[in-house]
This record gives sequence, structure tokens and C-alpha cells, in this order.
Amino acid sequence: MALKKFVVGCFEDEKVLFPAVAKVRKAGYKIHDVYTPFPVHGLDKAMGLRDTSLHTAGFLFGLIGTTTAVTFMTWVFTKDWPVNIGGKPNFALPAWIPITFEMTVLCAAVGMVLSFLYICQLAPFVKRHHFHARATDDLFVMVIECGDKTNEKELSSFLSSTGATEVNTQVAEEGWWIGRYDKEQELYKETNIA
Amino acid sequence: MIKQQFEISAGYKKWTNILLGVGGLAFVLGVVFLGMSKDELAQTRFWSVLLQNSTFFLLVVNASMFFIGVTTLAMGGWQMAFRRVPEAISSVVPVFSVLALLVFVGLIFGNRHDIYHWLDKEHVAHDPILKGKTAFLNPTFFMVWTVVTLSLWSFVGAKMRKLSSQADENMDQETSKKFIWNNTVWAAVFIVFFALTVASTIPWLWLMSIDAHWYSTMYSWYTFASTFVAGMSLVALFVVYLKNQDYLEYVTEEHLHDLGKFMFAFSVFWTYLWYSQFMLIWYANIPEETIYFKPRLQGAYRGIFFLNLIINFVLPFLLLMKRGSKRNYTSMTFVAVLIILGHWVDFYQMVMPGTMHEHYSLGWFEFGMLIFYAGLIMYFVGRGLSKKPLLAVHHPFVKESLIHHT
Repeated sequence: MALKKFVVGCFEDEKVLFPAVAKVRKAGYKIHDVYTPFPVHGLDKAMGLRDTSLHTAGFLFGLIGTTTAVTFMTWVFTKDWPVNIGGKPNFALPAWIPITFEMTVLCAAVGMVLSFLYICQLAPFVKRHHFHARATDDLFVMVIECGDKTNEKELSSFLSSTGATEVNTQVAEEGWWIGRYDKEQELYKETNIA
Repeated sequence: MIKQQFEISAGYKKWTNILLGVGGLAFVLGVVFLGMSKDELAQTRFWSVLLQNSTFFLLVVNASMFFIGVTTLAMGGWQMAFRRVPEAISSVVPVFSVLALLVFVGLIFGNRHDIYHWLDKEHVAHDPILKGKTAFLNPTFFMVWTVVTLSLWSFVGAKMRKLSSQADENMDQETSKKFIWNNTVWAAVFIVFFALTVASTIPWLWLMSIDAHWYSTMYSWYTFASTFVAGMSLVALFVVYLKNQDYLEYVTEEHLHDLGKFMFAFSVFWTYLWYSQFMLIWYANIPEETIYFKPRLQGAYRGIFFLNLIINFVLPFLLLMKRGSKRNYTSMTFVAVLIILGHWVDFYQMVMPGTMHEHYSLGWFEFGMLIFYAGLIMYFVGRGLSKKPLLAVHHPFVKESLIHHT
């Protein structure tokens, strides 16, 4: 993880937050993230985030579960230890459906949770920086990443002008503990305002 | 320019007339060559196909009533933007009720024991199983309960649609509270009666009694799931059509997405019931029960049996899984048509093995009747849509629907 500098703006209301997000993106700043006390509908679109790939991952994990269950049972009941159960065929697909279903759900669910933790960079003993304690209570916290050419003072006053009630600069460790995952942000377009 | 009032366009009228013409011709030819034929098998085919189509399409349009009922009871506001579409579809229930009733009158008073085995009095007298069921499976109860059911569906439907018209005019707060309460009461009446009919007795009487010796406790729920998913697909089809014709300005892809979720979820629900019914019978392996699946799984209907599973589970499951495909007009239309056809095939394999046995045919008359009913649905739903504004502007829940976000 690398140390980076962030300018943090806090907003009291969604109604102020949405136009502020649009203005900040329009001005060309890179929004690191917006921390909200609850899921805000349409904020992902306003921030120009691309759709998550988590469901694709879920589908693949489910597929792994299905194939594992079916191939394992096929091997056990037809090759390794064929037993005559109630005169049913050894390859008794209808009887395997519940187990296949459970394995699919289990793999998809656990796989998605682990992927989600990875994407959020959460793990035991990984300490994440909190930009504002009230972000989990009643404050919308917009965090903007500073690059080499960013003028912090200008950015801070710009954030205040968009309606931020509290603006400060913080240095925090941010980044990836294993590998890279680039968040793709679309360039700002006039039609994008939610 | 967004239009508030649906006007039947020339293209819509043309296609309705074509479907009605082709279907009507098939029906007339069917009456002449099958219904009045000396050949008993041809007669059986005629009545089986009528039974399949009249029950299927009646239950499909009635699924709209169920949708209206549950969303009303659950205080679901999201659907207000297109609520007039299921209402228009539910206005077909009385028409299809009359058609179904005519078929049942023909079956019962024509003593068609090739369809309903239990109509054969002499046979029933020597058959301990059927004899034990006579308290339920007898012509009087069948006709009385059918008439009661059909009239109550039509009556409550008409009541709900009349209530809905109130929301076209401005309401003060007291009136709108009363309006919601009235809606809730009638929806509750309908849902309770729906549980007594579609979710239990009606599929037993109309369809399960074809295989009179056999029974399944899943059967009614299975029928319900089948018709409900087809009913939601029908709603989605009309919504997409109206959107394409520049109507329903407030319906967004968010609403379409939720309709898609209904289609996806209830396809899976149908499969769950299909599997539960099949697996228990397969596992227990008792001859009285497996007899139902013998012709379907191993006999002449094997192809249709697996086709049913592919169209109604595998394809909707894979095609509707992605978020984007539930928000896309083309893919939603494609899957909706697929689901309706699929469940029509499902009803086909529910009816035919018990009546036609291995001599079934899937030809001009079967598809002709499908076309005929498609024409009827287009004609009557179009008429129902054109009668009222497409949005009940003063319904208290309208705003919730306009800002709906999934």
C-alpha cells in the first residue's frame, strides 16, 4: 500500500451531494470514493463508476459448484463405489439435484463474499483508514485523490463552494494488498447527472 | 408528444384481424373436420385442444388479476406506472370465462368420458378408486363450482377495475384513504378466493381429473406457477409494445427490470415445483403414481417433455440472468414470447397424454387455436386499453412509481 494525499469534503444532504459530485467530476478531479451512511440509489451512476463484475464472478463460482457436485457424485456412484439403491440407476440425476443445487449456492455465495472482501480490500488484521467517523452515521463523505499537479487549497475552496460543510486534507494508506484492480471511471458527460 | 390515451393503431388492428381470421378459420375447420367427424380420435383431439387452450389462456389472463391483487395487498406502488396494462388484460377474464364455460358444458353434457374418465357412470361403479372420488368428481359439483368460480373472478375483476377509474379524478386525503381501503378489501377477497380456486380446486377439477386415478399435491401450485409466469410475460409484452408506440411515458427500464425479475423468479419457481412433483414420484417409484410420467418420460411425449423443461427453465434462466437483458426491450420480448409458448406446451403435455394417449398430433388445429386465442387477447386487451387513460394520475401511489429505482 502506498501513502497518498486526499482532500475530504463532508456533505449533510444527498440533495447537495449529487450536484457536488457532478461539479467535482466536471472540474476534472478524481473522486477516490464517496462514503455514505446508507446505500444511495443512483450515486454509482453519478460517480461514473462502471457496473460491478461481482455477478459475473458469482455466476462462475456457481458454475464451479455445479460441475464439482455433478462430477464428484458421478465418479462416486458410477466408478468408485457403485451401489444398488432401491433399484435406481447408478447415474441417478434426479436424486442429485438437491445436492447440486446446494453446492451451486454455497460456492456462489461464499465465492462472492470473498471476492467482495477482496475488492473492498478487507481482511483480518488489515487496518483501513476512516476518513470521517460520522460517515457511518449521518454524513456523506466525498474523498478526492490528490495527484502531483493538484492544488490542494484551490480544491478545498472549490469543495466548500459546492456545499461541503467540512473540508480537510488527510494522508492515508490506500491501495491494494495483492494485485491491482483499476476502477474505471467514465469521463464526465452532461447527460450523466442523476 | 406523449399520448395519454391508447388508440388502436392500423397496424395493431390489421394484425388482430389476421390472427382472428386465421384462428377463426382453423376453429371452423376444426368443428367441421374434427368435432363433427365420425372418427372418435378426431373428436377427442378437438375437445382436448379446446380444453387445453381455453383453460390455459383463461388462467393466463387471470394471472393479471392475481398480480393486481397481490400488489394492492402488499401496498406495492412501483407498478402504478403501468397498472392499467394488467387491468386491461384482466378485463378479458369474463370473455375467456364464457368460452371456457362453453367448452365445459360441451364436455360434461356431451358426456365426453374420453376426456374426463370419471364421467363414465358404468365404469365408475366398478372402479373403487373413482367411486371413492365421486363426492368431488361428479358433473354437478364440477359445473356448479366452475360457474361460481368464473363468475366471482369476473365480478371481483370488474369491481377492481371500476375502483381504479376513481383514481382518474382528483381525490382529497380522506377519499384517497378510503380508496386504498376499498382496494385492499376487494383484493383480499380476490386473493382468498384465488387460493380456493387456482391454487387448489380448479386445476384438480379441470386438468388433474383427466388422469382421474392419479393425483399429485403439487399439481395446483404447478399450474398456478405455469400460468402466472406466462401472465407476467404477457404484461411485459404489452408494456414493451406500448413503450415502442410512445405510450406509458413514466415507465422506465426500472419497471421493465422488475417485470423481468418476476419472469425470471417464477420460471425458477415453476421449475422447483416441476422438480418436486417429478422427484418424489420418481424416488418412491409406486406404479399408481409413476403411471403419470410413463407416457411423458418414456413414451410418445418424451420430446415434448424435455422441450418443456428447456423452454421453461433452461432458456429463461440463462437468458434473463443478466441485469442488462431484463432492461432490454428485444431480449425481454423474445423471452416473454418464449415463456408463453413454453407454458402453452406445458399445458399441452398436461392434457394430451391422458386423452390422446400415444396418438397425439401437434398440427394445424393446435396451432390454429393458439393463433385464435392470441388474436382474441389482442382484440380484447386493445379494447380494454383504449377505454381509459393509461395512467391513473390521482392514485396515491403514483409518485412512488415514478421515482421507482431498483
